[in-house]
Amino acid sequence: MTRTSVTFNLNEPLIFEKSAPGKSAYTLPKLDVEDVPVEEILDSRYLRTEVQGFPEVSEVELIRHYTRLSTWNYHIDLGMYPLGSCTMKYNPKLNERVSRIPSIALTHPLQEEQQSQGCLEILFRLQEYLKELTAMDAVSLQPAGGAQAELTGILMIRAYLTQKGSPRRFVLIPDSAHGTNPASAVLAGYEVISIPSDEKGRIDVKVLAEKMSEEVACLMLTNPNTMGIFETHIEEIAQIVHQKGGLIYMDGANFNALMGYARPGEMGIDVLHLNLHKTFSTPHGGGGPGSGPVVCQQHLAPYLPMPRVEQEGELYRFNSDHPESIGRVHSFHGNFGMAVRALCYILSCGREGLKELSEMAVLSANYIRRRLEEHYDLPYDTPVLHEVIFSDKRQNKKGVTTLDIAKRLIDYGFHPPTTYFPLIVQGALMIEPTESYSKEELDAFIDAMIAISHEAEEDPEKLTTAPATAKLTRLDEVRAARSPILRWEP
Amino acid sequence: MKAPDDLLYSKEHEWIQRESDIATIGITEHAQKELGDVVFADLPEVGTTFKVNEAFGSVESVKAVSEVYMPVSGEVVETNESLLDAPEKINDDPYGEGWIIRIRLGNPTDLETLMSSQEYSKYVEEESQG
Repeated sequence: MTRTSVTFNLNEPLIFEKSAPGKSAYTLPKLDVEDVPVEEILDSRYLRTEVQGFPEVSEVELIRHYTRLSTWNYHIDLGMYPLGSCTMKYNPKLNERVSRIPSIALTHPLQEEQQSQGCLEILFRLQEYLKELTAMDAVSLQPAGGAQAELTGILMIRAYLTQKGSPRRFVLIPDSAHGTNPASAVLAGYEVISIPSDEKGRIDVKVLAEKMSEEVACLMLTNPNTMGIFETHIEEIAQIVHQKGGLIYMDGANFNALMGYARPGEMGIDVLHLNLHKTFSTPHGGGGPGSGPVVCQQHLAPYLPMPRVEQEGELYRFNSDHPESIGRVHSFHGNFGMAVRALCYILSCGREGLKELSEMAVLSANYIRRRLEEHYDLPYDTPVLHEVIFSDKRQNKKGVTTLDIAKRLIDYGFHPPTTYFPLIVQGALMIEPTESYSKEELDAFIDAMIAISHEAEEDPEKLTTAPATAKLTRLDEVRAARSPILRWEP
Repeated sequence: MKAPDDLLYSKEHEWIQRESDIATIGITEHAQKELGDVVFADLPEVGTTFKVNEAFGSVESVKAVSEVYMPVSGEVVETNESLLDAPEKINDDPYGEGWIIRIRLGNPTDLETLMSSQEYSKYVEEESQG
């Protein structure tokens, strides 16, 4: 069975190209008072000068232009989005509805605490649930996403170690890590030491033990790791790091595989971040903004960003009386709207529901793995949790690469999975289905992947020239990178 | 796969050609192929000294940014500035116009640890099977 995408194939010009002098998207009623030139009554510093070249279009042109563009989008409400390591799960409409309730949506962040008790309670309750889910002691909801949360966590570790005598010099990071991990460590003033993976796709514990020293501030670990594989030696790993006085930062990007089943606080993790826009169903990608709460053990709590949301008797309040805090990392209280959605998600799923979500996410990934392993090379035979990585090794023999497979999937109506990541797998195709798809939808995706593997054998050109049915066919990525055109000019 | 006989090769897929105490370094035919079309080359400052296996620069393709490592120790005496405008030379002529840096050898015995053309070809073959 094949599916093809349907796109609105009008070649829509830029809004600037539709412009003609004098067109306007609004009309004002006739003045019923005397028309006075504005320059006569206002000081020149209050006067605006006309913006040159601003597009002039009618209302209907404006509406059609952007509506047409919107139909070219691929989005989570339209179809499957199997981007590995991104947890592109469906964003339930209930979240959106609740976050738009006027008493929530229209609250001003500078409103008095007493007048914002409801909003403060939302923040507080979300913090409590995140603590419960991770077995941790304290939370900050301020960071606006994963990378900012990593930097926040590493700065907290730095502050903690500095207090103990020395910030230390190095951060250990597995070679399968997200690129943001080393970037965050370097930004926080550390040098990175890369730890290789073993033949099973897990962190090489022997090398870790060799590299661990009293000059190492922390290990940054993703669990399950970027291969979708659970670090089964996590207790031993924690022991090795803690013995030398180091800490463990966990990148919680893959928490969707663990929720309700395993708690980082019980694995010896000192601090981690969660991505509300991944695990907790708030919009992701262009639909953001993101939110990356940092959750930590008691010994790191004094260094959390402030103000922190705390409960005092019956009242909730912002507390900035944390002298050792690393300070603010976001204006006001982070992306509050995301906290509302995440709390709504947690409450609507409930305790059993959250567990079931992790189960379904893991089951879906393993279902894809099992049905596709005949057709695509599996670089690691270790069982996976919520995502699975294939490579283009078999298709390579016919001159077909991961990029071609990804482009061909567009013709079948699917957003391609993550490609060429993690870097340690050559030609990686990283698929994360999440729990958001029915078996029928998963089968349609799998069937498309199988059909593509047959095409790679029989008619490789179909892949190397794909996509054929999309609005734009194969883009010249090399030219785009070498000589980008960054703005429209008349 | 092309790997000229008069060059030495590293496990990180750099080649080096010695001319007295000066040597030229670039990435191999195999490396450029794996990277895909190079869109940017980040070159070191002339005068910088690097240790063996230290990253001296990076090449960016549409797929990824990869660091380029010193096959030997030494001081950079010249960089191929034409790569800034034409990074595709690394793809088109990796052993010629696509050279990346020239160095003054820090320790000529470093060269002894590198592979010959034959050894390198075998290494690449084994690596791609592994």
